[in-house]
Amino acid sequence: MNESDILFLEDSFKKYYFNHFDQIKVPERTSEREFGYQKFNSGMTRHISLKDDKELHLLLIQNIPSDVYCSNAYYTFPNSPMNEKDWKEADLIFDIDAKDLNLSCRKDHTISICNNCSEVSKNLTQCSKCNSSKLEKKSLPCNNCIDASKIEVEKLSEILINDLGISKESIQVYFSGNEGFHVYVYDSQFQQIGSRERSDLADYISLRGAIPETFGMKKLKQDRSSFPDFNENGWRGRFSKYVFGAKSKRSKIITELLANGYSSFQKTLDDASENIGVKIDPNVTMDIHRIFRLPGSINSKSGLVKIHCNNLPKFDPYIEASFLSDDSVEVFANCPIEFRLKNKKFGPYTNEKITIPTHAAVYMICKKLARIA
Amino acid sequence: MLALGQDEIAKYPFIADAGQYLKDKGFSLEQFGTDPDLKQLIDKAYDRILVAADGKIYNSDLDGDHVSKEAALPREVFSFLLAIVLLKLSGMHTLIKRFALAEARRAEKYLEKDLANISDETKKELAIRIIGDLFSVQVEKLNDYFVISVSDYLKHSINFHEREWKLINRRVENGHVFLSPHETVRLIRKELGTYINSKIINAKTPTMIPGFENSVNKLVLLSKKFTTYTVTTGEYPPCIKHAIDVLEKGENLPHSGRFMLAAFLLSKGQTVQQIAPLFKNAPDYNERVTLYQLNHLAGTSGSGTQYSCPSCEKLKTQSLCFAIPECDNIINPLQFGRKKK
Repeated sequence: MNESDILFLEDSFKKYYFNHFDQIKVPERTSEREFGYQKFNSGMTRHISLKDDKELHLLLIQNIPSDVYCSNAYYTFPNSPMNEKDWKEADLIFDIDAKDLNLSCRKDHTISICNNCSEVSKNLTQCSKCNSSKLEKKSLPCNNCIDASKIEVEKLSEILINDLGISKESIQVYFSGNEGFHVYVYDSQFQQIGSRERSDLADYISLRGAIPETFGMKKLKQDRSSFPDFNENGWRGRFSKYVFGAKSKRSKIITELLANGYSSFQKTLDDASENIGVKIDPNVTMDIHRIFRLPGSINSKSGLVKIHCNNLPKFDPYIEASFLSDDSVEVFANCPIEFRLKNKKFGPYTNEKITIPTHAAVYMICKKLARIA
Repeated sequence: MLALGQDEIAKYPFIADAGQYLKDKGFSLEQFGTDPDLKQLIDKAYDRILVAADGKIYNSDLDGDHVSKEAALPREVFSFLLAIVLLKLSGMHTLIKRFALAEARRAEKYLEKDLANISDETKKELAIRIIGDLFSVQVEKLNDYFVISVSDYLKHSINFHEREWKLINRRVENGHVFLSPHETVRLIRKELGTYINSKIINAKTPTMIPGFENSVNKLVLLSKKFTTYTVTTGEYPPCIKHAIDVLEKGENLPHSGRFMLAAFLLSKGQTVQQIAPLFKNAPDYNERVTLYQLNHLAGTSGSGTQYSCPSCEKLKTQSLCFAIPECDNIINPLQFGRKKK
C-alpha cells in the first residue's frame, strides 16, 4: 500500500476512534488481558497490558493502529513474554468465516490481484496478463455469505446451549468486521481447559471424527434398534433428522444403510459432517494464547467495525458496521464487482477516477481495489 | 485420606500408607527376609511383578474362596508393599512402569465392579469417592449411567488415541457426558497408572535387606528383556509429502500446514537454512518473515521454546492428515516408518 493511501486510511480510522470512544470498551477483567495492535505496513506489537478504557483510547489515538487485538485468555502477567505470563484461563471463542462455507456465490464476488503485475481479474487460477500463479484473493462478501454465516452461528448456539449446557446469556455474537462472526462464551465450565481439550470440542461441534458405531452402524452383529431416533438429543438426533428426513422414511433408510455396509456408512458420516457440522475454524478455538480482534475496533481488511449483534437475524453489517464518514473523496478504482454500503450501491469500476463517500473509498482501498487519486 | 476397611485396602492397596500398615500389623521389613513363613510373601511379591512385566493382570486370592478371607487380605496387601520394596531395591524403571500399569488395571477391575454394584450402596459410593478424591472427576449416577461434566471428561479423554473416546462419539447432553461403569473407570486408567507410578517413584528406597537379594537380582536380569531398538525407513509420512507438494506447486499451504512441515523437518535434524527454500514458492513468500518464523520454531529466537511436530489427532482436526495404511496407528508423524526390533 502506498504512502497516500495509508495516510488516508489512518486519518479515517483516527476520526472513527476519536468520535466513537463510547463503543470501544476494554473487556471485563482488563488488567488480566494481553492487548496487541498492528500499524499499516508494519508488524505486530503485542504483550501490552492496559488498565481501563482511557488507556485503550490513548493507545488508539497515539498509534492509529490498522487492527487492535485482545486476548481471550487471562494472565497473571499479561505484558510478560509468552512463557512467563502465567496463563490462568480463557474464554471459549469461535470464528465462523464465509470463506470456509464453500458457497457457490463465492466465485461471483472473489477476485485475484497478481503479486507480480498487480493485475486485477476474476480469473482465480492464474493472472490473465502475465500467467503468474502467485495471486492474492480478495472477496467482497454478499448477502448470501452473511446469511449463510448467520445460519452457522445459529447451529453453533444450539449445540452450545443444548449439548454443552451453556446458558444463553453467556454467549455473545460479534460481526468480525469482514466476512463472518466471532462467538464468545464467558464463564462456562470450559474456561480452564487447555488447547487439546478445545480441539476435541471443536471436532464435536463440527461433527468430525465420528465412528459408525456412534450412530448405530456396527461391523458385526448389526442391529436396527441401535440407529438413532428422531427425538434423541445431541448429534444422534440431528443426524437422524438429516439422514432419514422424515420419521416415516426411517425404517426404509435403515434397511438401505445396512445393505450398503460399514464402510459406506463412514461416507454417510463424512457427508453429514460436511452438511450439518458447524463450520468453525478449529485453529481459533484451540488457540488459548490468541489475541483476537477487539470488539469496537476497525478491521483493516474492510474498514468495517467488529460490533456486537443484538439481533442476529436482522443484522446487516453493510449498514450497521459501517461507521466511517460520508465525506467525499476522489479515488482511482479498479473494482470489477458491485458492492453495497449504507444502503447505497457502488461499482463496478474499471480503472476510473471517481468521487465517493469516505466509507466506500476505505472499503475498496482496504481490499486493494482502489487508491487515492 | 479415605477411611478404608481391610477389604478395600486389599483391592486398592496403593491408597494405604505402607509404613503405617506394616506398623499396625506389627511387622518390620527385616522380618520378611528372615522368617521362613513370611519369606514366602517375597516370592509372592516377585510373582506379582513377574505377572505385571508380562503385561498381565495379577490374579488375586480375593477372587477365589479357597483361602479364608481373613488370612488372604493381609497377604494381598503385603505382597503389594513388598513388590514396591523389591522394585525400589532393583531400581529398574521399566519394571516400575509395567508394574504400576498392571496394578492400575487390577484396581480398575474392582472399581468397575464396585461402581456397578446395585446391592451395596457403600461400595459404589467408595468407588465414586476414590475417583473424585484422587482424580478430581465428579461422578453422578443417573439411571443406568454415570454422568460427568464435559470439561472433566475432556481432561482425561484427550489421553486416548482411539476414536471412540472423542467427544463426538459420546452421548453428550446439557454439559454432561454419559458413561457406563466400565467407561468411567477406563477414563482414569492412565491417571491411575501415573498415580501408582508416582507413589512408587516417591517412596524411599530402603538399604538392602538380608533375604531380599536373590529376588532383586532376578528383577535386574528380567528388566534387560525389555530394552528395545528402533530403526526408521527415512521416508516422509503422507502429510509431510502433501505439504511439500502443495508448496512445490506454488499453491497456498495454510499457516498450520507450514508449522507442521517446519516443525517436522526441524525435529528430523534439518537446519533453518535447509528448510527456508521450501517456502519460496508460497504466494505470500517473504524471506525475512520466513526466517523469523523458522528461527522462532527452532527456538533460536524468541522465547527459546523449541516447538514439536503436531500430533496426528491435531492434524486431522486441521484437515492436514492424509493417512495411508503404512501410518499404522502412529500418533505423531515423526513416528512414521519407525520399526521396533
